[in-house]
Amino acid sequence: MAGYEGKTFKWVGTRPIRPDGVDKVTGRANYGADMNLPGQLTGRILRSPHAHAKIVSIDTSKAEKLTGVKAVITGKDFPDMHNGVMPGDEGVNFHHLSSNIMAKHKVLYDGHAVAAVAATSAAIAEEALSLIDVKYEILPHVIDVDLSMQPDAPLLHDDIFTSGVNPKPEKPSNVVQRIQMQLGDPDAAFKDADVIVERSFKTKAVHQGYIEPHAAVAEWSEDGQCRIWCSSQGHFMIRTLTARLLKMEAAQIRVMPAEIGGGFGGKTIIFIEPTAVLLARKAKRPVRVVMSRDEVFRGSGPAPATSIDVKIGAKKDGTLVAATGEFRYQAGAFPGSPVGPACMAAFGPYALTHVRATGYEAVTNRPLCYSYRAPGAPLSSFAVESVLDEIAQKLDMDPMEIRIKNGSKEGTQMVYGPKLKAVGNLECLKAIQSHPINKIPLGPNQGRGLAAGFWFNLGGQSSAVVNIAEDGTATIMTGSPDIGGSRASMALMAAEVLGIDYSKVRPIVGDTSAVGFCEITHGSRVTFATGMAIIQASEDIVLQCRQRVAKMWEVDVDAVKWEDGHALPAGANAGDQKPLSLAQIAGKAARTGGPLVGSAAINAGGAGPAFGVHICDVEVDPETGHVTVLRYVAAQDAGKAIHPSYVEGQIQGGVAQGVGWALNEEYIYGEDGRLQNSGFLDYRIPVASDLPMIDAIILEVPNPGHPFGVRGVGEVPIVPPLGAIANAVARATGVRMTDLPLTPPKILAAIDAAK
Amino acid sequence: MSKLHISATVNGEAVEYLCDPKQTLLDVLRDELNLTGSKEGCSSGDCGACSVTLDGRLVCSCLVLGVEMQGRSVETIENMASGEELHPLQQKFLEAAALQCGFCTPGFLVAAKALLEKNPNPTETEARYWLAGNLCRCTGYDKIIRAVLETAADMRGSK
Repeated sequence: MAGYEGKTFKWVGTRPIRPDGVDKVTGRANYGADMNLPGQLTGRILRSPHAHAKIVSIDTSKAEKLTGVKAVITGKDFPDMHNGVMPGDEGVNFHHLSSNIMAKHKVLYDGHAVAAVAATSAAIAEEALSLIDVKYEILPHVIDVDLSMQPDAPLLHDDIFTSGVNPKPEKPSNVVQRIQMQLGDPDAAFKDADVIVERSFKTKAVHQGYIEPHAAVAEWSEDGQCRIWCSSQGHFMIRTLTARLLKMEAAQIRVMPAEIGGGFGGKTIIFIEPTAVLLARKAKRPVRVVMSRDEVFRGSGPAPATSIDVKIGAKKDGTLVAATGEFRYQAGAFPGSPVGPACMAAFGPYALTHVRATGYEAVTNRPLCYSYRAPGAPLSSFAVESVLDEIAQKLDMDPMEIRIKNGSKEGTQMVYGPKLKAVGNLECLKAIQSHPINKIPLGPNQGRGLAAGFWFNLGGQSSAVVNIAEDGTATIMTGSPDIGGSRASMALMAAEVLGIDYSKVRPIVGDTSAVGFCEITHGSRVTFATGMAIIQASEDIVLQCRQRVAKMWEVDVDAVKWEDGHALPAGANAGDQKPLSLAQIAGKAARTGGPLVGSAAINAGGAGPAFGVHICDVEVDPETGHVTVLRYVAAQDAGKAIHPSYVEGQIQGGVAQGVGWALNEEYIYGEDGRLQNSGFLDYRIPVASDLPMIDAIILEVPNPGHPFGVRGVGEVPIVPPLGAIANAVARATGVRMTDLPLTPPKILAAIDAAK
Repeated sequence: MSKLHISATVNGEAVEYLCDPKQTLLDVLRDELNLTGSKEGCSSGDCGACSVTLDGRLVCSCLVLGVEMQGRSVETIENMASGEELHPLQQKFLEAAALQCGFCTPGFLVAAKALLEKNPNPTETEARYWLAGNLCRCTGYDKIIRAVLETAADMRGSK
């Protein structure tokens, strides 16, 4: 890992045009739904209109007889599954996963898939869906997480027994797990507090809101080989899960990564690919399945609603003495709520000797709850930051001062186990403290809000190949889908190590049969972990070049050094040799040992935690309750920004999503358990006119676990905005609200109630 | 229902296609004419990813029927660059990193081009409201708005 400390980078830290950019501004780039194979059929999925019901019978005979219908499948076409674990050490319950993709005996949410058809046109496929006769026996349902945890709540599964409680329950319930992490003795330590604030919070489910709906094309051949083109955050994940769910061998399946039109965690799990494969197998023709926007809202993996209690105690001087949080997170119809990460991240920005985070997860009759950018953390952070802000108000203390006074830093013991290495929390706080925004006077009905956020970041398994062509240009390949500009970062890192021009490096996202395994693009891991694989594969090329030149010069390899893309004599005893460029070495490859191929396959540890601190100004219209975000500034420690523009982009995008979460976005269910706002008109994500410019400040406290100092940057920017906006609204209105989103009617009601 | 024969102009070229009365212009562009640069994000006119200009007017192609195209002219993202040369908006989007996943980008570019043709000197607020019909979930709009305003300034300067 050594060798780069103190180095002046030539490429890393610059802002060149991304290699895939031209395809994306000209419409040439192919996303999941753009594939069109000869003979391709249209696949459509029939979904449950009920929140909870037994499937009494499914009659597909009329649909099968419709001209143009080539295949119809139901849950019976999916093999029965047992539990198991997938590579990457993530526990996956395959019975649950299969049942989510296609319901077998029960539907568990409005939007749960029950059957699918493939037909020669979309119109025929839709007519076929209307001819499928499903008889349901409707069961009582539950959406709210607190109600779901009640002993008399409608039971979703008979095989869920709460884990993490003693004694182990004898009866099944909706409560999947209880987890707890603790430092010191917070119950006793609260006695030393001069001020204690304890509040309860509720938040609503939200969707990741990627603009590209899920899409997959599957092709099946007579020898049992299968090809899938799809948009996902990990085509290896798609291969692994499709193979397991359909009882196939992994090498039978080749998954081609289409460009991905946003994911934010929502495309880290499988929804439609096995359905497309089964339809293609039955129809003996390629099948394309594309979700509608309605299906995306009703049948993918949105983020949870929550119910949270947080209690924090402080001394008069602002020193925090104890904190506890109970985080009750809604799962969807199957376990998968991110309550663990929520507990880990909740108090992350603060050094606390006495702290306890308790988490509960409960299944409810809504779509599978899955990852959304820093999964779980924005909600637990919102509660903690709100309470902390109220403590600052009670102590008449500057909200920045209390955060700096208690800020976590190198050496801080985290509640989930490790001690922090070098991190940039205090640097971010101080950058915001000295920002000119603080000097701007606030007008009537305006408020300024501050919040800090923490995310631990992931590493994990990645592979990379660097192929040097005969003219010294490089093709670099990884298996990590490029969701926001990572091809550019990969090319910059390779150019840096190889010492060649960025324009000489072409980065490729390889399919599952072309490159080694890569975990999904999640956990802010790609630039860190896959980038580390690219660095090592490039270093492999450099070493091979030095070895070949050493042979040509008849010297030891240590007598050849690598600088600026050239092999040079390392010292006088290496002889008076002229430098050889990578192109010259590559041109002689046939005579020096064959093609120049560098590779690396790693399981990257050492991911450096990320911190972000946000400040914003809002104005609340006292007549309507509408909130306008006037100014927004976000500071974040990136470790080392490989392509600063795309780091800023991650920060700005996370902020925008967080603002939507704070102010506007929510899943609205009717009494019947049906989702009432399954479109972008009624589920309104922030549009350009809702937001100001977002000032993104990048700080660089190098991560000691990465050769260039990189930290993941994608997730932490969505952690602080909920708290920052809520704190700004509280200060603008004088009323502290604890239910998200802060919609105009709620704000008006709160203002009126306070009068 | 039988298909209808339509003659229209797409990106300056005469085209003919057979069209089911239920098919939208977006369906026709993507599935019949293989112009997949226009994207479907919602099929309800809320996201703007399918933005095209129809006889010079900015529309969501998912809200136009394919059979309405008889004798009319549509311009899509595929015709925005002229030959090897990108449109200044396309070039600026690249330089300013005004895209992340890129899925909404064609729609934004088509809409921004329509804005600058109508108003070569938009204020930030005017640009934000004009582009409010195009959803982007990756960028927070900051770099997109900057790219549009900078392109407008460049294009005014070069005239």
